[in-house]
Amino acid sequence: MSGAMSVTADFSQNVEDGSCVLRFSGNLTLLRVRKLSEQLQAVEADQLTVDLSDVERMDTVGAWLVHKLQRDRGARIVGATREQQVLIDHVAKADQPVQIQRERPRAMVRVVSQVGDWTNNFLRTMVGMLGFFGSMLISTGHIIRHPRRFRWNAVITGFEAVGVQALFIVGLMSFLVGIVIAQQGAVQLRQFGVEALTVNLVGRSAVKELGVLMTAIMVAGRSGSAFAAQLGSMKLNEEVDAMRTIGVSPMEALVIPRVLATVLMMPLLGFFAAMMALFGGGVFCWLSLDIPPVTFIDRLRDIIPMTDLYQTLIKAPTFGLIIAMAGCYQGMQVEGDAEQVGRRTTTAVVQGIFLVIVLDAFFAVFFTSVGWL
Amino acid sequence: MSGVSNPPVIAVRDLRNAFGEHIIHDGLDLEVRRGEIMGVVGGSGTGKSVLMRSIIGLQTPLAGEVEVFGEPMVGRDEEEAKHVRRRWGVLFQGGALFSTLTVAENVQVPIKEFYPGIDPELMNEIAAYKISMSGLAVDAGAKFPSELSGGMKKRAGIARALALDPELLFLDEPTAGLDPIGAAGFDQLILELRDALGLTVFLITHDLDTLYAICDRIAVLADKKVVAVGTIEELLALDHEWIQEYFRGPRGRAAAAHLGAEPKKEVDA
Repeated sequence: MSGAMSVTADFSQNVEDGSCVLRFSGNLTLLRVRKLSEQLQAVEADQLTVDLSDVERMDTVGAWLVHKLQRDRGARIVGATREQQVLIDHVAKADQPVQIQRERPRAMVRVVSQVGDWTNNFLRTMVGMLGFFGSMLISTGHIIRHPRRFRWNAVITGFEAVGVQALFIVGLMSFLVGIVIAQQGAVQLRQFGVEALTVNLVGRSAVKELGVLMTAIMVAGRSGSAFAAQLGSMKLNEEVDAMRTIGVSPMEALVIPRVLATVLMMPLLGFFAAMMALFGGGVFCWLSLDIPPVTFIDRLRDIIPMTDLYQTLIKAPTFGLIIAMAGCYQGMQVEGDAEQVGRRTTTAVVQGIFLVIVLDAFFAVFFTSVGWL
Repeated sequence: MSGVSNPPVIAVRDLRNAFGEHIIHDGLDLEVRRGEIMGVVGGSGTGKSVLMRSIIGLQTPLAGEVEVFGEPMVGRDEEEAKHVRRRWGVLFQGGALFSTLTVAENVQVPIKEFYPGIDPELMNEIAAYKISMSGLAVDAGAKFPSELSGGMKKRAGIARALALDPELLFLDEPTAGLDPIGAAGFDQLILELRDALGLTVFLITHDLDTLYAICDRIAVLADKKVVAVGTIEELLALDHEWIQEYFRGPRGRAAAAHLGAEPKKEVDA
């Protein structure tokens, strides 16, 4: 073995008895064959004899090269040790038409089929979500008829994960957004000499739109993704299947508690976010515009109609439902490998936020038309 | 096949591993000789996989020495360790295939990594015969791991472990999850490769058939160390409770009878 590692594989070419003899020497291994393959291609002779008696070491790659000479050029092999012959036979047996690359369709076909796939996927997801919503309703019906079977513990855990643990980040974010709105608004309103209206801007936008929308986005990012990842990995681990065989409905045990927790936590978080945004705006108004807190609060009471709060309290649970449903639906769709968990989680967040914003637009039009200005 | 005078391929001395308070190995010694198939057995949680991970450098032991091909591996610089790494192949329990690559691409990863100059056509040929050699169907090369069954993933993992024609092969429960025909075929494959390539094999297994059929020696892990190393006959002669139960239990006897290597003395039922 020692010293043999540095021996490069090589061969010499002689003509003996009308046949071309390739005498290999050195190590016929992967490490040493880099050039050999091309050089062998260049050998032009009809009757080949391969002499392996000077070969010190041979691995399967070397055996493969010898086998190819035998297969393509009808070479005769001499001087192989028993081990080398075993190896060559082994490789010869493994010489099957193995498919290495996937057949790729042409570009035009691929584009068309991709568009088709997207459309198909989109429609399937919509129908699937609708079906998911339906089976959620059925499960809810079950739970109402058998309330004892319901897992309240899971809901309470959900309260903590979705609500309590999000308080700090939602609060901080809303506080900062409140400051930004007030600051940017003040700059614009100053040009018209109505800086005092900053209070209106902050007050109405925070309570009516921003509080609940920012909360929804944060909850989608925190909890929607977590739901998809949790259920997805449970699905991969066959936990969901195990549940079914034991007779536990995954809908009742996994999905409903998460959705319920989100639906119940969203209004609280949304309200909290609105208050924190007002707080942030108030701090800015006090420090920058010299509007004292008492005046700020007094003005808020004048300008914010009760319907703004009603809007938030109607929108928040709806958004919660959408986000939790998207998360759970995507999680339950996971099949195959771990990569899917990541992909489904991303989809859950994107879908959740997208649907929330579309729905928010509908709500805006609807509330305006019923006179909740 | 194995020369006793040769330095051992793997030498583990006084190895100590612990996870927090929980001590896995304490004063573990093991030597694997060139060209032998070393079976490693032990109850669940005795640290078989941890031992393998310590040897291949995925787990830094608290104390002790690990030498592979005579080179120390503990605390080794990654660049230097690379030269040793390309001389071994590892099959993980679940196959550990790269999920974004096809089976053929998986097999080519180590070749591309260590021998970037190889001509792509030869690389494809190498991948093809390795895949076929591991007993996969001809259409498996272009498939992604998620499209394979558990047993096929394992075979693809073997194909990848064999990609560099290693001198040393680490196998973590290779036959678990294979059907009996596939498992027997795999045992045969390991034997043939060992004979043809002079492979040294470090094999963790629970499969008694594999132990009887292909292992030259068996190391028994218990009480945080290797309590015994030897052939099955040698182990059977020892008066160790776990070893006796392992080889003379109903499954051990069945495997022995099946392979015509009946333990020399029967235990009263």
